[in-house]
Amino acid sequence: MLSDYELIGLLFLFAIALPTAAIVAATFLGPRKPNPIKNDVYECGMETFGPSWVQFRIQYYIYALVFVVFDVELVLLFPSAAAFGTLPLFAVVEAVIFLVILGAALVYVWRKGALEWR
Amino acid sequence: MEGFDVANLFVSIGQVWTGFLVNLGLSSQWIAFVNKLVAALLLTALPVTIVVFTIMGERKIIGRFQDRLGPNRVGPYGFLQTVPDVVKLLTKEIITPTNVDKVMYNVAPALSVIAVILIWAVMPIAPSMIGVDLDIGVVYFLAVSSLATLAILLAGWSSNNKYALIAAFRTVSQLVSYEVPLVLSLLVPVMLASSLSMNDIVQAQSRGWFVILAPISMLIFFISGTAEVGRSPFDLLEADSEIVAGFNIEYSGMRFAMFFLGEWIHAFTFCALTATLYFGGWRGPFVDQVPALGALYFFAKMFILYLIHIWIRATMPRFRIDQMLAFSWKFLVPLALVNVAVMALATKLLAPPDLSASFWATLPRWGGFLGVNLIMAVGTFVAVREVARQARRKEEEVSGRFGSAAVVQE
Repeated sequence: MLSDYELIGLLFLFAIALPTAAIVAATFLGPRKPNPIKNDVYECGMETFGPSWVQFRIQYYIYALVFVVFDVELVLLFPSAAAFGTLPLFAVVEAVIFLVILGAALVYVWRKGALEWR
Repeated sequence: MEGFDVANLFVSIGQVWTGFLVNLGLSSQWIAFVNKLVAALLLTALPVTIVVFTIMGERKIIGRFQDRLGPNRVGPYGFLQTVPDVVKLLTKEIITPTNVDKVMYNVAPALSVIAVILIWAVMPIAPSMIGVDLDIGVVYFLAVSSLATLAILLAGWSSNNKYALIAAFRTVSQLVSYEVPLVLSLLVPVMLASSLSMNDIVQAQSRGWFVILAPISMLIFFISGTAEVGRSPFDLLEADSEIVAGFNIEYSGMRFAMFFLGEWIHAFTFCALTATLYFGGWRGPFVDQVPALGALYFFAKMFILYLIHIWIRATMPRFRIDQMLAFSWKFLVPLALVNVAVMALATKLLAPPDLSASFWATLPRWGGFLGVNLIMAVGTFVAVREVARQARRKEEEVSGRFGSAAVVQE
């Protein structure tokens, strides 16, 4: 079981090595002449004013919240899908009821106006 | 080289290689380890090799779509254009802007490549040619591919640039929204194969690809996958005409190239996944007699799907953010929920696949699935038409009451 993940571990090491090697090679091959203007934040050519890490629209947060609800529930469906061949019809109907509850959650969020972009 | 079976090319090469290691006098544990090392190296090299061809192919094909020639100077028909491009990127200066969050800024480009290369560990390329046949292959793919989202978010946030920050927020909302229909539609092939292992899913398609059994699921998967990859028409995270270049604006040289490498690999990796889950993976004629043909079929299917990807990219304009989120939450998610429920009942109620049955005996099952999908498609069209009619009526009411009069008064 665990030996399956040996290859993934090795692949992970190679996958780290590839971009790291490319970037390190570029630091040696490329010129290095930093100056304050070059190292400034670009921001479409204008000089930046004010801090850049600012407050963001709450709407993005609401979408993220709705996503968390759905994603956690969906993970619960995967085991039942993986064992689908041996499930009796009763269990499948239960899974469908679970999906209906998810659908009800979507209807609730929709009616509350959380999916409107304002 | 006796007993070298060309039909079983990859297994034969593996046997010759293992024989070579045995002759070196290695113990069996070391042989297993060296084999895994070589497999990991090949799986890292494979996507990077393919990406050289897809970059070239896409630039040429997009060029033709836009009625221009595309790169045509370096090499025959410009096919070696990628080589000078890489050399140029390698010799560019690495600039780290002063006010960035240094750790995150450096990790982000590497992470975007790492995430997509890791997906190839569970990709069945040919019969008995798969990195590891994990029994939770599909969940592994979902887990690893969301690392790419993280890379984009890190880059946008750490850049200390307002445009990059906007791109990071857009990324979160977009990728997060389209992950729900993606996961929901992914449940259908898992149910049909009743396994989470990629190899089992390919094996289960010996009698008919899943695209025939579940076309709606395939369409949802392909559309939300396009959004996951962040390609046009869902390329809001690097909308160059609105937010300069999005999340990667503060990056240059090789770091910038790493983002692009990650994005391009992700694009065709995603097509490879669609081919595996819905188009039978390495399945094709004569593959039982000549297993080596499997790799050919797999890559052929991948490139055909990639061509469709390029076609979509060349055809569709970019969405506005509210339209894009509404398309996911108000269309794809409800449709995917209905689709999963209906397909679950259909899979259970229609007779289970009998591998010994003749082709004609399996026809009712196929017909049943096709009918169910047809009903869902018609239902979707009717529902969308009704919604559109109501919206139009409401708009006409409003403009009829205020529209012309308001204009006159002004």
